[in-house]
Amino acid sequence: MLPAEILALPTPAAIQAWDPGVLSGASLERGDLVLWTTRERIVDLSRFLKERRQFTRLSAVTCIDRYPVEPRFEAVYLLHSIPNNERLRLKVALNSAEAVLPSVCGVWSGANWYEREVYDMFGVRFDGHPDLRRILMPDYWQGHPLRKDFPVHGHKYSYKDE
Amino acid sequence: MNPTDTALDSGLQEMAPEAAGAPRRMVLNMGPQHPSTHGVLRVILELDGEIVTKAQPDIGFLHTGIEKQAEALGWQQVVTLTDRMDYLANLSNNLAYSLSVEKLLGLEIPPKAQWMRVLLAELARINSHAVWLGTHALDLGAMTVFFYCFREREDLLRIFEMFSGQRMMTSYIRIGGLALEPPRGWDRAVRNFIRGLPEKVDEYEALLKENPIFLRRTQGVAAVPLERLLDLGVTGPMIRAAGLGWDIRKAEPYSSYEQFDFQIPVQQEGDVYARFLVRLEEMRQSARIVEQAIDGMPEGPWRADAPHVLLPDREKMKTQMEALIYHFKVVTEGMRVPAGEAYAPVESPRGEIGFYVVSDGGAQPWRVFMRTPSFGNLQSLAEMFEGRLIADTIAALGSMDFVLGDVDR
Repeated sequence: MLPAEILALPTPAAIQAWDPGVLSGASLERGDLVLWTTRERIVDLSRFLKERRQFTRLSAVTCIDRYPVEPRFEAVYLLHSIPNNERLRLKVALNSAEAVLPSVCGVWSGANWYEREVYDMFGVRFDGHPDLRRILMPDYWQGHPLRKDFPVHGHKYSYKDE
Repeated sequence: MNPTDTALDSGLQEMAPEAAGAPRRMVLNMGPQHPSTHGVLRVILELDGEIVTKAQPDIGFLHTGIEKQAEALGWQQVVTLTDRMDYLANLSNNLAYSLSVEKLLGLEIPPKAQWMRVLLAELARINSHAVWLGTHALDLGAMTVFFYCFREREDLLRIFEMFSGQRMMTSYIRIGGLALEPPRGWDRAVRNFIRGLPEKVDEYEALLKENPIFLRRTQGVAAVPLERLLDLGVTGPMIRAAGLGWDIRKAEPYSSYEQFDFQIPVQQEGDVYARFLVRLEEMRQSARIVEQAIDGMPEGPWRADAPHVLLPDREKMKTQMEALIYHFKVVTEGMRVPAGEAYAPVESPRGEIGFYVVSDGGAQPWRVFMRTPSFGNLQSLAEMFEGRLIADTIAALGSMDFVLGDVDR
């Protein structure tokens, strides 16, 4: 059950009226609206938010590694609606065993590079992504640098060994 | 056989014509070392004669792992990393990071620090636009503008040095306020510069606005419809040149921008020329904001009263035990930020910059994600290039005004 103070806001209320089961949690973090959903519903919910709530901008997609806690990864979608001057964050929790999400490139084309970056840095895969390759690291790189179990220094590719 | 992606990736090679009727294409590797890519950007172009049929940007050459490094530094130390992302507008980056962390901390910033931040962020915008205009015009064959713009940039770097002791990597805006007290005579130095600026912007305009060569190279070039730009995650002057008057300084005012009187320039055409007009007018508006900031600069402290975050005054440390304890803790452990997460967007010269910071309650950030404008803007590159002449790619690249340090982080 979502907190009443959040259901009083227009966007969560609209989502609840459209499909009561789509949100798995919600909170206000320092005044910012954060909504939780699941892997199965992320594309539906994105499409609903874009078409019915005018979240035409996907500001970014990123990820948080909560290692060693499970579910380990939190995929974060920063959405923005220019007409309503409203921002919200969508989140999906992922276990390390199945760090896979459907891609939202079909909803916002701008998700393309951000999803590639999350894949590159965290190893979270995006199903249905048109071009899921590393974007910042070299193609031959092993491991995913922003994972918490990846060292800051002393990686085997570090310049020291060259 | 059409070139496949792997053929594209291997760079420069000419495709032999295969079956009859198959188009003859050439793959051209532009960059990473190419003067008009303004940094180390590689674009793989597939050409049909002089027409670009496919463009594929390849980034990451300047990737230095700033987000990873941030997790290994103290909260206040990360400010120095933000300087090195978008090195033409580092004060906007400092500001965006500080605002996010201050949102987590719930810090109240005194008015003088807020106004000083506005003033510096606008000077950074003028600096960034001057560098953009100079290099963009140089790409299109107008060399004089470059010298004029770098003359203004030199004045600005001197002002930044006066404030912070550094010309480029200033780190002057810190969590909780400013790094140092503004130097004596700062208002005179800034006013001298800003009084002369509108005249100089007129000069740039006179050199380019009706210059037939410049017009031919820029008008109608690389226009992308507004809906596509928004869908691709483009922000800043590029969408204002395509007809949408959205600016975070007006839409979600931060650091007391709501107290300033300025306009958001908008153009409808969305081409390279419209972007030039928008940025030129933004320099004039920034000059207006800076003038207002000098005239109305509030008195008072230049940083927040938060001894658990910032080093206490020297005087208090000598007389109060608590101040001494706080000093010891801040120096030895670093400041602690309560657990939680925050995002605070800022309008940088290139568009929306925001730091999504996550804290676990410790003295180091758990995660710092940098939503940089150049990364989002660069996604529109393929649509600007495709179907256009190869010579237009130079104009289009320049008009996007990205900084590769900002793209790759």
